[in-house]
Amino acid sequence: MIQFTDVTKSYTEGNTALNGVSLQIEDGEFVFLVGPSGSGKSTIMKIITGELKPTSGQVHVNGYNLERMRKRDIPFMRRTLGVVFQDFRLINKMTVYDNVAYAMRVIGAREAEIKERVPYVMDLVGLTGKERRHPNEMSGGEQQRLAIARALVNNPSTIIADEPTGNLDPARSFELMTLLQEINNLGTTVLVVTHEKELVERFDKRVIAIDEGVVISDGMDGYYRYENE
Amino acid sequence: MKMNNFGYLMKEGVRSIFSHGLMSFASVCVTVACLIIVGSFSILMYNLNIMVEDLNQTNEVICYVDSVYTDAEAKSVHSRINMIDNVFQANYVSREEALKNFVADHDNDAAFQGVDPQDLRHRIVVVLEDNSRMEETVALLEEVEGVAMIDAEFELAEGFTTISNVLGVVSTGIIAILLIVSLLIISNTVKLAMYDRKNEIAIMKMVGATNGFIRFPFMVQGFFLGIIGAGLAFGAEWLLYDALVTNIHEVDALGLFNFVPFVDLLVPMVVTFSAAGLFVGIFGSISAIRKFMDV
Ligand SMILES: Nc1ncnc2c1ncn2[C@@H]1O[C@H](COP(=O)(O)OP(=O)(O)O)[C@@H](O)[C@H]1O
Ligand SMILES: [Mg+2]
Repeated sequence: MIQFTDVTKSYTEGNTALNGVSLQIEDGEFVFLVGPSGSGKSTIMKIITGELKPTSGQVHVNGYNLERMRKRDIPFMRRTLGVVFQDFRLINKMTVYDNVAYAMRVIGAREAEIKERVPYVMDLVGLTGKERRHPNEMSGGEQQRLAIARALVNNPSTIIADEPTGNLDPARSFELMTLLQEINNLGTTVLVVTHEKELVERFDKRVIAIDEGVVISDGMDGYYRYENE
Repeated sequence: MKMNNFGYLMKEGVRSIFSHGLMSFASVCVTVACLIIVGSFSILMYNLNIMVEDLNQTNEVICYVDSVYTDAEAKSVHSRINMIDNVFQANYVSREEALKNFVADHDNDAAFQGVDPQDLRHRIVVVLEDNSRMEETVALLEEVEGVAMIDAEFELAEGFTTISNVLGVVSTGIIAILLIVSLLIISNTVKLAMYDRKNEIAIMKMVGATNGFIRFPFMVQGFFLGIIGAGLAFGAEWLLYDALVTNIHEVDALGLFNFVPFVDLLVPMVVTFSAAGLFVGIFGSISAIRKFMDV
């Protein structure tokens, strides 16, 4: 479960990215988080991963109270999440294969498991055959799919993805959303940030819309407002 | 950290030595330079200290035995003196020998030919273990039955003690400063080299790596770089020192400078160089990445 209670976040004095956000995402839900650029979507994602601390308010992620949690528990909280970052965050020095395998090594997986699982997720995102490359030798769309493979590889209980379709063509985007929906059907919680209206409308899911750091609508009807459109 | 990945982490550590070749080269060079500077200064100070101590030990205490004592009785005084604490060496010199030495010292001057050994006293020439305790030892020697008079150069002993104390303080101070400067230089070199791994470390943290997991390969890398640096510095130090000693011996016909051979210092040098190399390698790497892990 992900729970925000009256969360505010100011990067600098007077510059408020989140202004009293409360939301709750139950285990097993599939949720779109939408809103115009600069509305605070990535800020919410970064607070969930513990990369940013809220200025005020309470955040609970999969049983961890982010405010009270000990520093050395942070890695274990993060292991409950599969994260697709908006800027991918791939390690260019590692091969494509090792970028995904690293996430498994971190949790202490055996090499035999890694050898079995990595090719499976590579196939899932359509990167089979590119294992020996390095991320900086790939296109934006390929890097995005690699980031997704890494988020999936440990079968996390929750997947959060910040604009995972930003670099994909419409067919690929639809394919990815379908994949995330299938993963969700197996019980994984999924939170996807996007501002692609068409995509959201094709999947009948709960949509949380935010603007200027405030939740402006939250519902199952797929309705949301786009102030900038 | 589960040990499933021990092999992987070791391999990563060794690999990063080569994949960051320039940084490895730089840190090894800096380590070698610092170790040679600190090491050379320490050895020189050690030698200087030994030379001062040797000189100091030429300052002997002479105990004159009561003139009524026979040769045999005087020898028993000798054995009692030998038992006293801080007596390093005690040589018995009979009055006959003393006279012979005296005449010899004065170019066998005919003026002394008529001197009767009976006019002289048996004596025991004492070399102290530690001349800085000369006064207290002389007091004990005075207590020994049969010792009539003592000739001791307190000022000279004090002078030498002062020199060796000053030398000790100054060299400890300089070595400490050199060590601190070395550590700063080395840790800054490593920090600079680690800077481009800042992003990499942040990503590792984001996918749930513990600090221990991230640190391990850096420790392995630091371990090997430290050992390599220590080994090279040790070899270079040995060559430098031997060359220096050989050159000084060639010039120093009078044998004024007496250097300890490097082989005598082998064990302490190996131990301190490897300890310093490992310390700098491992803690240098860890301290350099510490602040990057706080994400
Ligand atoms: N590191 C930062 N420093 C200062 N301001 C920031 C930073 N990151 C984001 N912001 C500001 O916070 C607001 C929300 O940003 P963000 O959460 O990235 O929006 P979104 O992901 O919805 O586009 C924006 O006004 C942005 O300029
Ligand atoms: Mg964003």
